[in-house]
Amino acid sequence: MRRFAYLRPARLEEALAAAAEPETAWLAGGTNLVELMKRGVARPARLVDLAGLEDLATITPLAAGGLSIGAAVRNADLARHPVILRDAPILAEAVLSAAAPQIRNRATTAGNLLQAPRCAGFLDPGAACNRRAAGSGCAARGGDGRDAAVLGATEACIAVHPSDLAVPLVALDARLRVAGRDGERTIALGTLYGADGASTLPPGELVRAVLLPAEAAGFAGHARYLKLRERTSFAFALVSAAAALRIAGGRIVAARVALGGVAPRPWRPAEAEAVLAGAVPTDALFRAAADAALAAARPIAENGFKIELARRVLVRALTLALRGTPARVPALAASPFAPAGEGARHG
Amino acid sequence: MAKVPVQFTLNGSEKAEFVESGATLLDVLRDKIGDTSPKAGCRQGTCGSCSVIVDGELRLSCLTLAETCEGASIVTTAGLAEGGVLHPLQRAFMDAFATQCGFCTPGMIMAAKALLDRNPDPSRDEVVEAIAGNICRCTGYEPIIEAVLSAARSNSISAA
Ligand SMILES: Cc1cc2nc3c(=O)[nH]c(=O)nc-3n(C[C@H](O)[C@H](O)[C@H](O)COP(=O)(O)OP(=O)(O)OC[C@H]3O[C@@H](n4cnc5c(N)ncnc54)[C@H](O)[C@@H]3O)c2cc1C
Ligand code: SF4
Repeated sequence: MRRFAYLRPARLEEALAAAAEPETAWLAGGTNLVELMKRGVARPARLVDLAGLEDLATITPLAAGGLSIGAAVRNADLARHPVILRDAPILAEAVLSAAAPQIRNRATTAGNLLQAPRCAGFLDPGAACNRRAAGSGCAARGGDGRDAAVLGATEACIAVHPSDLAVPLVALDARLRVAGRDGERTIALGTLYGADGASTLPPGELVRAVLLPAEAAGFAGHARYLKLRERTSFAFALVSAAAALRIAGGRIVAARVALGGVAPRPWRPAEAEAVLAGAVPTDALFRAAADAALAAARPIAENGFKIELARRVLVRALTLALRGTPARVPALAASPFAPAGEGARHG
Repeated sequence: MAKVPVQFTLNGSEKAEFVESGATLLDVLRDKIGDTSPKAGCRQGTCGSCSVIVDGELRLSCLTLAETCEGASIVTTAGLAEGGVLHPLQRAFMDAFATQCGFCTPGMIMAAKALLDRNPDPSRDEVVEAIAGNICRCTGYEPIIEAVLSAARSNSISAA
């Protein structure tokens, strides 16, 4: 590993000043960055640890409604926070489907959103990879396509975005509070990712918090994250879906949908939401929404199975969301929900 | 760049080491201090065999930079026995045949301890979830789950 200077500032201004130096990386939980450094894929000269910045680790209500989720809130803390469980239990469901306890104890909100692709080409410094070295080629082209996108792949890069948490956050219109030496700005989470999924944050800028709008809580009673993977725990998504509905008078008043594991970015199919909005929920409607979401999907090599899988996962996520968010979010896909009856429903 | 000083407590005793920039907690525990109870398995966070407890929390020592552990309190499986008497989890793992090759055992015991410290009377599902990040290639997990549940039962009997 390349040697680096390690800094642990206690104040934001100090941190931003330190990060203005070239070849600096923010260190959050380190669960992704340290592995990339060991592999020689990331070679920062300086690490600025966010652990000393206490206000980055809190979840607070926003004056205008909604929540601010600090960039350095640990995934494990997010998943058991009472306000998250009340207003956005789908975030807890997504986080608990990711990684393992020892990783969630360290992994942070922003680190999760900014994690690198799990593509073998990216992780091997000897391989051609446009994401790692622009113009070097793409080792994943010519592979079996298992980890490749079926939606939104670019000529340069076909890797999918690995984050679970990003999927419901994009569905719920989350924004980011970003700080730099020139001040702060707020951006839509979707714009954090370029076409190939790489971060659009300029070097030296810091994500301070994820902002969840007040409207998000209106979906809490009918919101589910469903993740399909090759074993029931401790695996990245093959495909996943976040489905959040607002229901009134037997109709879907509003729908929010996003897909994971299928695209270079957390994928928000507006076409599917348009099919759902205002309609009476039925199986046929959910299938039509899923068809709309996957209409533009194209297989790469042998990954055509993901298209049908994504359709079915989305239909199932919508069906579960319609049924209502259970009181207890399942920790494992295989674990039972709270028994039906008293307290079984959310809120 | 010079080596960096790091101080922490390991199983209750003070340690002060000079570590290389980039050394992980796993490297320091095994190679500098000689506590080989945390195992170096995949070194990428995918196997859990290097799990230790840092400030009360289960962590992967292979993905933890040693420099970030300044002032921390670290517990490893090597520190569990007291005065030659095994910890109830260690006993339970032996009694339930929850160990075969033994490579995953210290990490499993750390994961189980982190669970029982927080939740002394876990359900089977909670045990399964708590060890989800720890891979065992021998036992098929059932004896491990049994061992953790039986250690929890024996703890609650002795506490009663
Ligand atoms: C074995 C294993 C299995 C996993 N399984 C899953 C899974 O199923 N689903 C899933 O979603 N994830 C999974 N992960 C990924 C894991 O969730 C990420 O490693 C973790 O979320 C990264 O968070 P961190 O805080 O450790 O980030 P770090 O590793 O510290 O940082 C990651 C990146 O984010 C940048 N960064 C961090 N914070 C900020 C900030 N505030 N502002 C700007 N930049 C910042 C860092 O500079 C770095 O580039 C898995 C990881 C492992 C090792
Ligand atoms: S798919 Fe993207 S990340 Fe993977 S090798 Fe190709 S360019 Fe690199």
